[in-house]
Amino acid sequence: MSWQGKILRVNLTKGTCSPEPLNMEWAQDYLGQRGLASKYLAEEMDPKADALGPDNKMIFATGPLTGTGAATGGRWSVVTKGALTNAIADSNSGGYFGAELKLAGWDLVIFEGRAKSPVYLLIEDDDAQLIPAGDFWGMSVWDLEPAIRQKHGDPMLKIASIGRAGENGVMFACVMNDLDRAAGRSGVGAVMGSKNLKAVAVRGTKGVAVNDPAAFMEAIRVGREKLDPSPATKFFTDGGTMPMMDTTHTRGSLPAYNCREVQFDGIESVNVAQMKRPRQTDGRPNLLTNKGCFACTIGCGRVSKLDPTHFSAKDEPRYHGAQGGLEYESAFAFGPMAGVTDFEAMTYANYICNEQGMDPISLGVTIAAAMELYETGAISGKETGGIELKFGSAEALVKVVEMTASGEGFGKDIGLGSKRLCEKYGHPEFSMTVKGQEFPAYDPRGMQGMGLGYATSSRGACHMRAKAWADDFARVTPDSKAELIKATQDEVAAIDSSGICFFATNTWTLDDLAPQIDAACVGDWTAAKMMEVGERIYNLERTFNLRAGLTKADDTLPQRILKEAAKSGPAKGMVNELDKMLPEYYECRGWTQDGVPTNETLKRVAL
Amino acid sequence: MQKALHIDAGKCTNCMQCELACSFQAEGVFNPAKSRIKVFSFHEQGRYVPYTCTQCAEAWCMSACPVDAISVDVLSGAKIVANDLCVGCKVCTIACPFGTVNYNHDTGKVIKCDLCDGDPACAKACPTGAITYVDANWTGYDKMRAWAGRTDAGAQA
Repeated sequence: MSWQGKILRVNLTKGTCSPEPLNMEWAQDYLGQRGLASKYLAEEMDPKADALGPDNKMIFATGPLTGTGAATGGRWSVVTKGALTNAIADSNSGGYFGAELKLAGWDLVIFEGRAKSPVYLLIEDDDAQLIPAGDFWGMSVWDLEPAIRQKHGDPMLKIASIGRAGENGVMFACVMNDLDRAAGRSGVGAVMGSKNLKAVAVRGTKGVAVNDPAAFMEAIRVGREKLDPSPATKFFTDGGTMPMMDTTHTRGSLPAYNCREVQFDGIESVNVAQMKRPRQTDGRPNLLTNKGCFACTIGCGRVSKLDPTHFSAKDEPRYHGAQGGLEYESAFAFGPMAGVTDFEAMTYANYICNEQGMDPISLGVTIAAAMELYETGAISGKETGGIELKFGSAEALVKVVEMTASGEGFGKDIGLGSKRLCEKYGHPEFSMTVKGQEFPAYDPRGMQGMGLGYATSSRGACHMRAKAWADDFARVTPDSKAELIKATQDEVAAIDSSGICFFATNTWTLDDLAPQIDAACVGDWTAAKMMEVGERIYNLERTFNLRAGLTKADDTLPQRILKEAAKSGPAKGMVNELDKMLPEYYECRGWTQDGVPTNETLKRVAL
Repeated sequence: MQKALHIDAGKCTNCMQCELACSFQAEGVFNPAKSRIKVFSFHEQGRYVPYTCTQCAEAWCMSACPVDAISVDVLSGAKIVANDLCVGCKVCTIACPFGTVNYNHDTGKVIKCDLCDGDPACAKACPTGAITYVDANWTGYDKMRAWAGRTDAGAQA
């Protein structure tokens, strides 16, 4: 407790499902979710294996607090070798699916091999079986979820699945759950598709017990006493992540026009005020309400309603109901990065991502790269099928998003992701990626620490692997970033392994989280132990990536970020000074200047 | 003062804290499948609605029970199932017009909201005030007050 002590091994090649006891020693060393699944992955597979081949494994993982009443205790992860990055991938999602898997009695599900023809996995408490997917293959996430529930006569089944993007091998396909929650990054949905696995449907009625119930109820009460009224929580309840748009614009770290700009001339059309402003057409705002995930007392989720007269969906009523709306990352990618100012078109693009299972960050940033290829003449209407792929074109955005999901025409090229697309057309410098993964919504020239975080993130460019915000917003200079990035990477690795949400830790420190884990779990869990676990996880991921063939050369940023100075804002004239920060970072980590953990470091973190 | 659960669905975010608290209170583990209160998501309307027993004054379940296993708790007014008397015949689940009494296969008894001895765990756990425990005679107070605030009282000096 509060692990269920049981994992499910699903061999897709053989068509077998078998329960195994959880390795409790590893649970003590790696906690759960990201860390524990990474340990299983690193022990069980050859990191050199083809990410889209049968030798890659994919793990669905819960954490010790997943499924409990701890605030935000509904997180789960997909851990695999990422299709987009060829590095270890841990994609973290909310919703209800992960908690349901835990409530059914499972800590992890390990998928291995590849099914001969499409299947889905049905888990009802202890019982698990693979079932031919039949007509479910080819369905969107939105059609599939109700169809599976209806087939099994159980309206309470929770479902994680791939849409058509994952089936079509879109390199940044997601695993979707609960209609609009995503294990979004690094192409974990492409891996699932390559295994011919359409969905996992689960019903859990066994419950989750904790080690010391009285202490746990007190610990989560104390946790909520701090979390619920905090300014950070109020911020996310009111605006989700959207208010960040104005902040980065002001700070000169809002990536726009494929990072040619660091501020956006159309900011007023894409920010949180726009989302709440009544539309001229129907007098209603885009934002309808907010919602939470399982056990979440914050509720950052945005629920939107499209303008039913908007060109993107005017003849398609299926897009007129309430659906998961834009948050800052998806809004940046379809808005400023592509130069688009049509908030409804951006919302529609996000809906298609939910419906067909695509990462809106990677998709938007890849479209932005394609726009630059088009505007510089590297590609023309011949490649795009006649689409005028210019920065700012909402029509082109909508069309290309649809084509990417369905795998038609130029959509196939977009589905490669920015790195492969730009290499294909001879301009790798247009690709705003690290380790093949597209940039999130923070320009590393205005945010030096964020840049170091992107370069050294174990899963490619990612804003959720370290906590650079406060320090970067306080000063634009690159000095003394290494220690902060290292420490917060370790902290986040522990948080991502616990079952609770990153956003709770805008209020909670590990000192607030550790007592909840300590009461829930066997073992002595302190903030110090969690930092040890976090550092062990980070080094484990690093050694996986090195074994996979990545090197120091992959710890870098695009030339544009290192050579072309920011044109405006507080960081005007600056590039990202990674060459100054990286050696210091390696030293903090106890890695050689080639980025390899020393034997002493491996011994220190007990790897 | 007799109190009652009051549900304001407009405030619900579908976080399930009520179901977690209810199942923990009743079963000692976190298990929404055993919760006496359920949250329903009407996704395409963006509406989330918690629903549970309203403790009818003339309760259909209590009248229907052939072994008198359901009785009134005099302090809270809750209609309570006596597990040692319940024979699991499920007639109460048919009689209840609202579906809030349900059979528990594991125990062979029915389960329903018992207001937690007058201190409902769901209301305490709700982060948004969608579920409150208020004066049973004035469950409409907040709604009345909100509408009253919109009433034009004429020009004020």
